Amino acid sequence: MDLNQKRTRTVDRVDSVDPDLVSPESTPMCPFPDEVLEPVLSLINSHKDRSSVSLVCKDWYNAERWSRRHVFIGNCYSVSPEIVVGRFPKIRSVTLKGKPRFSDFNLVPEDWGADVYPWLSVLAKAYPFLEELRLKRMAVSDESLEFLAMNFPEFKALSLLSCDGFSTDGLKAIATHCRNLAELDIQENGIDDLGGDWLSCFPETLTTLQVLNFASLNSEVSFSDLEKLVTRCKSLRVLKVNRTINLDQLQKLLLRAPQLTELGTGTFTQDLVTRPVADLEATFGSCKNLLTISGLWDTNSLYLPVIYPACASLTFLNLSCAALRSFELAMLLIHCKSLRRLWVLDTVGDMGLEAVGSWCPLLEELRVFPADPFEQENVAGVTESGFVAVSRGCPKLHYVLYFCHQMTNAAVATVVQNCPGFTHFRLCIMNLGQPDYVTNEPMDEAFGAVVRTCPNLQRLAVSGLLTDLTFEYIGKYAKNLEILSVAFAGSSDLGLKYVLGGCPRLRKLEIRDCPFGNAALLSGLTKYESMRSLWMSACNLTMNGCRVLAKEMPRLNVEVMKDEDSEDSQAHKVYIYRTVAGPRRDAPPFVLTL
Amino acid sequence: MDLINFEATELRLGLPGSTDDQPEIKSTTSHKTNKRSSSEMVSSVSDEHDSSRSPPPTKAQVVGWPPVRSYRKNILQGKKNDQAETGSGIYIKVSMDGAPYLRKVDLKVYQSYGELMKGLQDMFKCIIGLYSEMEGYKSEYAPTYEDKDGDWMLVGDVPWDMFLTSCRRLRIMKSSEVIES
Repeated sequence: MDLNQKRTRTVDRVDSVDPDLVSPESTPMCPFPDEVLEPVLSLINSHKDRSSVSLVCKDWYNAERWSRRHVFIGNCYSVSPEIVVGRFPKIRSVTLKGKPRFSDFNLVPEDWGADVYPWLSVLAKAYPFLEELRLKRMAVSDESLEFLAMNFPEFKALSLLSCDGFSTDGLKAIATHCRNLAELDIQENGIDDLGGDWLSCFPETLTTLQVLNFASLNSEVSFSDLEKLVTRCKSLRVLKVNRTINLDQLQKLLLRAPQLTELGTGTFTQDLVTRPVADLEATFGSCKNLLTISGLWDTNSLYLPVIYPACASLTFLNLSCAALRSFELAMLLIHCKSLRRLWVLDTVGDMGLEAVGSWCPLLEELRVFPADPFEQENVAGVTESGFVAVSRGCPKLHYVLYFCHQMTNAAVATVVQNCPGFTHFRLCIMNLGQPDYVTNEPMDEAFGAVVRTCPNLQRLAVSGLLTDLTFEYIGKYAKNLEILSVAFAGSSDLGLKYVLGGCPRLRKLEIRDCPFGNAALLSGLTKYESMRSLWMSACNLTMNGCRVLAKEMPRLNVEVMKDEDSEDSQAHKVYIYRTVAGPRRDAPPFVLTL
Repeated sequence: MDLINFEATELRLGLPGSTDDQPEIKSTTSHKTNKRSSSEMVSSVSDEHDSSRSPPPTKAQVVGWPPVRSYRKNILQGKKNDQAETGSGIYIKVSMDGAPYLRKVDLKVYQSYGELMKGLQDMFKCIIGLYSEMEGYKSEYAPTYEDKDGDWMLVGDVPWDMFLTSCRRLRIMKSSEVIES
């Protein structure tokens, strides 16, 4: 498979549609022989398109399944590995997602599941020539990584995002045994970092690496081995090192790999430079292909300017590890006229965001993370005025993730008026139950404005003081909404009922700490089969309510996680998802499938 | 300070929807025996698995809120420290104007300013050659240090013990640059 092929956002997906229910017609209306159909279909990468193709008729179903090379499984429990390998005989690339998203915030107990090993053992028999594995929120052990390294001789690309359960020993196995490795992308995992010697396990014969990302690991690696690796891998295009790599070392690496398109630096400051800063600047200038820069830990006004020569062509700048102040960001952004995506910490303040609005007219995505998320007093950060400033200067903005301590309905309404093309709107007012701080009203009208003004809205996260009215708006207007995150909001069952009664395209719904009860849950009975999953924790659900749902909808898994402190009749954490694989066989004792 | 709408999370036996329409935002100290309290509200983080979080100040924190991934919480805290206190010593960085390298000294090894000065003298002599007597700071160099508040102070004004706890790094400046304030 050509790894340089641009990966589109929509990829193949296993439909949980029972194949026997597909219309088995094989009529003269489908005159294309397989020899024609399969090559044509092999050009189709979008999973939605492939699903549609597979539903046309049995011939097309078969042609599609034989031509599919990449399978995307959004919920590892929605289907069994046996069913997957039974339907698709020629897969080269698998993407698997496991735990519910709230596990990122410690709401899912350890040992919940999503172990990749059972998948690997089935995949090894069916797809011995598997090349790529991309895992998100899966439980991955060192044994699994060793198994992977030893059983797939053509293996090329491993991406682990938000997984846990493994250590750097597992990485050693991958580095040692995967002779054709092109991609090793380790991000944000719960990894046991035992040391950096895994990097030295790459054999001297390995020259195929294109992507290496170990930015989230803490231990120091052998710099000379890293330098040798970078030198001999001439196709390396993505290199993201960890914080232990200093500026001098970074410079050496850049001189070896000027062809990089994505760079993650190490620590971007030092007490002593052995070469003057001008050298570093020239080195950055020689990297003509850089599109993305990240890392930049600890940087400041002294060192940040060395990246200016590379900024004109940057499309993505990830400053979420660099506590920049407003003027530092402003000075930097003057050089970044091509920027499409920007991630910053809220240390840049509203003034920093004004600079964003001034200098980045092509901006499409902005994420503002809190530097000090748990500080509740004396907080600076960003406010509604920074948000509005960005929207004024960046009309193409369609993705926002914004952490703040205060917001107003009027500001949000202004923002979406300036940028009606929002597809992803994730606003997190960090103080729970915070109303519009000017009018003291709930934030209902803010989100009402969002869903009314942005017809393409796919993803929404709400926050602040919200009544059922917010959900009435969402249910009524958010016709394209696919993902909704709700926390500490709503007044009654009506809130959830509105959403379940509207939002025809809803796929993922995650709710915590809301006053929604059984009646609301059961109002969505028929909807859940068209969704990937529903998570509800700390709401008003009871075991009886969940049992009723489970009984009415046998093709859903209704799982309740028992908590020691909750009463037996309460359903403290509920995870509901459609599946063709039946109840989980690997559920731990605290997970009850009803 | 406003914090959490406890009522929305309160476990009740009443019918759903019987909560107030406008939940109050005041933090309620009347907040009671909530059977689910240990999962949602923790006054210490020991219930949960994320041990990298620093303990909350005086207020209760809600698990998983704000929704920030654990690795992000440590970004600012992970900064390298100028002062690393091991079990056996207080190591701080020492820079000297004109010297290409920084050094580190263990302050615990010294009992007084005099001993510290002698130690520094020995340490830098080999780099810069002659190193004048420090007493009265009539020499070419003046020792300064950065204290806990980030201010640069002349060494010697505070009692030695106080200096030990407040010194974050040392800088031996050229006397000509020292501004008397």
